[in-house]
Amino acid sequence: MDLFRIPVGRVIELGLDLITEHLSFATKAFSGITESGIRILVDAMMFFPPWALIAIFSVLAWTLSRKKSVALFTLMGFFLIWNMGLWSPTVSTIALVLIATLIAMIIGLPMGILAALSRGAYRVIMPILDVMQTLPAFVYLIPAIPFFGLGAVGAIFATVIFSMPPAIRLTCLGIKQVPVEMIDAADAFGSTTAQKLFKLQLPMATPTIMAGINQTIMLALSMVVIAAMIGAGGLGGEVWKAIQRLEAGRGFEAGIAIVIVAMVLDRIMQRLGGKKEPV
Amino acid sequence: MKEKIVVKDLYKIFGPRPKHALTMLKSGVSKDELMEKTGHGVGIADVSFHVNEGEILVVMGLSGSGKSTLVRCINRLIEPTAGKIFLEDIEITALTKKELREVRQRRFGMVFQHFALFPHRSALKNVEYGLEIQKVDLAQRREKAMQALEQVGLKGWENSYPSQLSGGMQQRVGLARALALDPDIMLMDEAFSALDPLIRRDMQDELLTLQDKMHKTIIFISHDLDEALKLGDRIVLMMDGMIIQEGTAEEILAHPANEYVQKFVEDVNLSKVLTAETVMKKPGEVASYAYDGPKAALWKMKQAGISSIFVQHKNKLVGIVSADDASEALKKGEMNLKNIINTDITKVLPATPALELFTLLGENSPLAVVDEDDRLKGVIIRGALLAALSEGAQNNGSV
Ligand SMILES: Nc1ncnc2c1ncn2[C@@H]1O[C@H](COP(=O)(O)OP(=O)(O)OP(=O)(O)O)[C@@H](O)[C@H]1O
Ligand SMILES: [Mg+2]
Repeated sequence: MDLFRIPVGRVIELGLDLITEHLSFATKAFSGITESGIRILVDAMMFFPPWALIAIFSVLAWTLSRKKSVALFTLMGFFLIWNMGLWSPTVSTIALVLIATLIAMIIGLPMGILAALSRGAYRVIMPILDVMQTLPAFVYLIPAIPFFGLGAVGAIFATVIFSMPPAIRLTCLGIKQVPVEMIDAADAFGSTTAQKLFKLQLPMATPTIMAGINQTIMLALSMVVIAAMIGAGGLGGEVWKAIQRLEAGRGFEAGIAIVIVAMVLDRIMQRLGGKKEPV
Repeated sequence: MKEKIVVKDLYKIFGPRPKHALTMLKSGVSKDELMEKTGHGVGIADVSFHVNEGEILVVMGLSGSGKSTLVRCINRLIEPTAGKIFLEDIEITALTKKELREVRQRRFGMVFQHFALFPHRSALKNVEYGLEIQKVDLAQRREKAMQALEQVGLKGWENSYPSQLSGGMQQRVGLARALALDPDIMLMDEAFSALDPLIRRDMQDELLTLQDKMHKTIIFISHDLDEALKLGDRIVLMMDGMIIQEGTAEEILAHPANEYVQKFVEDVNLSKVLTAETVMKKPGEVASYAYDGPKAALWKMKQAGISSIFVQHKNKLVGIVSADDASEALKKGEMNLKNIINTDITKVLPATPALELFTLLGENSPLAVVDEDDRLKGVIIRGALLAALSEGAQNNGSV
């Protein structure tokens, strides 16, 4: 076995080097955009005193979910977080999740549409998604470091890749689920492909797409926490610090904050994804 | 009569290599063999027919006989494997995608079995869809859509969503959606099959009423003889992807082309249940050869609202006199019916099966039902016979 070792690791390293060298303009652009995105979002949120921001979140939760219970949970949960002294890392975690989700949607929705409309694209995209979803989460951190170094941008990159598959999958599924007879109807009246997409397929796929976005947000949150390993900061960073310093209590507090953020995001998205009653 | 749509030698084969399968089929390989060896399914094979302008053509056949495939080939929702389709002088099968879209927008309206309404749009927005696609401006398309909804009796429901409407109302929306474009051809694939029997009969009546005003060319798919009899000016019968008989309701009932049609006809009714006696009408007024002249005969016809009258002599049927002949005779001053009586009448016994009556029934002259003593018991006219047959079908509860 010592005679010849297949150079898997070596080849991948070479490949990564090649990419970092020749695609530095792209990685730099990505860094610039995400960094300023995160900064603007965090600054905007930190501009408000915590109690005001908590109130805003609660009202937002109420209007989006149209449920008092969700609003109340948001209010109390976020107050607890503030009280535990974790407000600032929570804000930066939420900012990371939102930015990562936004990028995942910008890339994922068009890919989902493409996979739904073109058989060829479907055959290429789906196996890639299968592989992406079987790899363990922190594997994505590895390429993030040579591309972007330690810090939030690398974390966003890894998070986007990790959380994108459900957005693609469920967009594709939602479009494919539109009954054939309705597609026939749209065709029979002479719709173009674009008209069919925007007037029939996307509106009908909306609940499914929303479910996909919900999953993307949840995955993004879990990845943002893991990405603390490469210096993403936020609540994950608190957990990470607590582990290193063997502060179990502190670690649990951060863990509880993560759960609260997850539940708030999930409840709000679930209501958005549910079918809107026609009035 | 002008031929609106002509379909020539049309084939549709489903599978990865349809052209190849087609050559095999044409060289004599059977459909089952083709399926077994190559996995290709034959949707329709060698179908030719035409549709006249302004008629309702009903395409009838059992499940899987290729009806939907056929109607979807006509606007190329399904791409035919071979053959040609003409709409007047436009060759549908030769159109580019863009041209096809235009023809679909302006010429074809389509109504679907399960309505295929868009659930995220109100009734009005559903009806507007075709116009919206054509980028007709808002005010104009609102107006047209409202008109179409009014036409189908849904005024006041325009803001309801499909899920809030009953099946019958949903299909009215479906009908309005097609009518809003004012197409000259309507393709209706089992449009009423998903409705329950009472609503279904209403919709059939409604379609006939609309058709009286609009004179569209309609291709109506059905698997129900009763519906075909009621709606169809002509009927095309399909089996295994091929047309096995084409003709008027009477022609098909009277001369089924083969056992399949025979069975179709029998399944849905009737022949054994219905006889001349059950479908005849009471004779009402009868002229007397001995006592009545042209004037009396005319007066009796007027009373009964008929255009010809049977004449009896000593309680035996002797002939028939038409209103036209009677008024001629009256002008000439004739005093009896001797010169105008037509003794060449068709008589049947009360027990004659209803299906046989079609063969005997002429275009205009009624059939006389007489007993063994040649006494007139009843009269059979064409419209009444068809009505009785379709009612019989419903009462039998078949289909
Ligand atoms: N997309 C398809 N792929 C393969 N085979 C098909 C396809 N569509 C129809 N067929 C086959 O073609 C034949 C005719 O089907 P079609 O749907 O036209 O029948 P139909 O007369 O409309 O039946 P039904 O009354 O059930 O609607 C059937 O044998 C069917 O299995
Ligand atoms: Mg069908």
